[in-house]
Amino acid sequence: MPESHRRPASNLPPLSLHVPEPRYRPGDTPDFGDIEVPAVDATPRPGEATKPDAMRDLCYGLVRVLDFDGVAKGPWDPKLTPDRLRVMLRYMMLVRAFDGRMFRAQRQGKTSFYMKCTGEEATSVASTMAIDRADMCFPSYRQQGILIARDYPLIQMMNQIYSNRGDHLLGRQLPIMYSAPEHGFFSVSGNLATQYPQAVGWAMASASKGDTRIATVWCGEGSSAEGDFHSALTFATVYNAPVIFNVVNNQWAISSFSGFAGGERTTFAARAVGYGIAGLRVDGNDPLAVYAATQWAADRARTNNGPTLIEHFTYRSEGHSTSDDPSAYRAADEATAWPLGDPIARLKQHLEMLGEWDDERHAAQAQELDDLVKTTQKQSEKLGILGHGMHQPFETMFQDVFEEMPWHLKEQCDQMLAEQEAKFGPNWKPE
Amino acid sequence: MADEIKTMNMIEAINSAMDIMLERDPNTVVMGEDVGYFGGVFRATAGLQKKHGKTRVFDTPINECGIIGVAVGMGAYGLRPVPEIQFADYIYPGLDQLVSEAARLRYRSANDFICPMTVRTPFGGGIFGGQTHSQSPESIMTHICGVKTVIPSNPYDAKGLLIAAIEDNDPVVFLEPKRIYNGPFSGYYDRPVEPWSRHDASAVPEGYYRIDLGKAATVREGEALTVLAYGTMVHVAKTIIEERGIDAEILDLRTLLPLDIEAIEASVKKTGRCLIIHEATRTSGFGAELAALVQERCFYHLEAPVERVTGFDTPYPHSLEWAYFPGPVRIATALDKILKD
Repeated sequence: MPESHRRPASNLPPLSLHVPEPRYRPGDTPDFGDIEVPAVDATPRPGEATKPDAMRDLCYGLVRVLDFDGVAKGPWDPKLTPDRLRVMLRYMMLVRAFDGRMFRAQRQGKTSFYMKCTGEEATSVASTMAIDRADMCFPSYRQQGILIARDYPLIQMMNQIYSNRGDHLLGRQLPIMYSAPEHGFFSVSGNLATQYPQAVGWAMASASKGDTRIATVWCGEGSSAEGDFHSALTFATVYNAPVIFNVVNNQWAISSFSGFAGGERTTFAARAVGYGIAGLRVDGNDPLAVYAATQWAADRARTNNGPTLIEHFTYRSEGHSTSDDPSAYRAADEATAWPLGDPIARLKQHLEMLGEWDDERHAAQAQELDDLVKTTQKQSEKLGILGHGMHQPFETMFQDVFEEMPWHLKEQCDQMLAEQEAKFGPNWKPE
Repeated sequence: MADEIKTMNMIEAINSAMDIMLERDPNTVVMGEDVGYFGGVFRATAGLQKKHGKTRVFDTPINECGIIGVAVGMGAYGLRPVPEIQFADYIYPGLDQLVSEAARLRYRSANDFICPMTVRTPFGGGIFGGQTHSQSPESIMTHICGVKTVIPSNPYDAKGLLIAAIEDNDPVVFLEPKRIYNGPFSGYYDRPVEPWSRHDASAVPEGYYRIDLGKAATVREGEALTVLAYGTMVHVAKTIIEERGIDAEILDLRTLLPLDIEAIEASVKKTGRCLIIHEATRTSGFGAELAALVQERCFYHLEAPVERVTGFDTPYPHSLEWAYFPGPVRIATALDKILKD
């Protein structure tokens, strides 16, 4: 027995190991009544150049704009025009329509994988709308809203999901791991939080070149546990990098609730405090609050006042992905019991309050967007779906490992082509 | 109880091994992302938290460096941690703790401290997992000095080897070929999946038994050539060889490090030919080590150059998965070449 196993003689009570446990499991009735939702105008809006230690309270408060009657108020109200609000609503509804169809496409066997962002649309759509189109986004895997809010062609997203002939990533990547440099969207990795330090590096480069563009990056609260997250915050504070860190706290990382990332002890925004950077905790289901907080952080970064960490307090209404069944680990009604509502419903209500929207227009828009997605889906499927025929020239497998193909890859490529001929006969090559 | 035989797939056998070790040894702990209440994304730890309590089977933060580092510290206390890394593709953030710490602790402290940890992790492709859910990093593990590397190919072995790994006083990386969790794989992706229940090795004793690390298994005896394989590729190799009626001897290495060199040497000296098959990328893959060992020890018995069948030296592609995978055609071509004269 190792030395450490010998307990010293002591009358101290024994230690005990704390293992976090979410409050609700399947079969329980969730009640989020004790989640503190401060009044909509209770959180002050400091100037964008405020020193981080003078605004620590914002890491523990909640930036809000929309009250639950749909009225925008308080110091954070970004005062967007009705036209701009309608654009925001449209983007969020398009994300939802897209998610619905693509999820079903996976269930129909047309692709291998999909991930929805239901309930979290604001955290990418409103956030992206608040920065400049030229700013660089480093997404995690649930930020399809960035592409939609930057008018990336839907068909290109679908082509990637189907790994078909139109997929400019040549079928190499798992579905939803898009890449769109011309839309300021970095290649999605699939490994967690790796994009965090990369965003800081991009921002440092922009600063060192005297550019005016900033970087934004997303991860979930679960992956804020990764070392890369902390590496990123360290570099960002050291170099005062012009970067916005988004932590989408959707409460669940597959089956692990936020307590397994430290959420029982403090907020995720409060991670900023130890690093001496600005932190904001935002109602992630309030699109105007997300917009306002992001705009604040963008102004701060762009005026050389450094990085901001934004925690988007939200809820993952659906499973982690098509590979997941949340009814196995969480209470069934959590999404409906979530006290902060749904971002689309809340923006709709706000526009209605303003007399700028109504049920009829909403239903018509939902139908129009669903038709758009459906039509685009048909076009995309004409270019192929996963597993039904080979959609990329086989040689593409060996391209782009390096800029120039070394001899061993050329040999392996020849070997692979000979194998296809052996398998499918002399006329195997797809047109 | 120990003699009761049950039909298990690989997941059930792995689960049973952990269950038994949690029962037998109060120092055994199981941890990892989603392994607790949920029972793991592949269900390998299903029911274990409920049975053994949440301080012995628990979820962890998403931090592979932390998972392995914490396991080193638990081992220093005297526990026997069995961390899971959800996919082998995610092990890289934990490599510093594995390479620089776990693997060297016994050596650098001259036995003051040890690291009796078993890192379980699913690996390998054939599931349309793309480049971040398909990799085979075994040669990265065998290149570390001080880590044992184990890869089972069937439920019976998986259980016995995992128990031996957990009981081992040195760090073990236990790589689970996820393509064959639910049934052996013939290499023909367009054929229906055969369940484990039709395979002899799905007959698994319910109780404790161990298969010593460092021992290969002879899957099939033969005279024409020796095939060295492990994990999924054992089944693919066997299918092709039987299909072609070749009198091959197939060795399932089971433990890559320490390697059963005696079994390899005896077989290659008998057959005079050696084909090495793995799914991992070719360059600096474990096949290179095997080929070097075979030529060092069996050179004067060889009748043909040692051949390697491997994955290609590219990231694992998503849609061209089956052009990448070392399947029937690649294996058949190598067999033709090695048996030519």
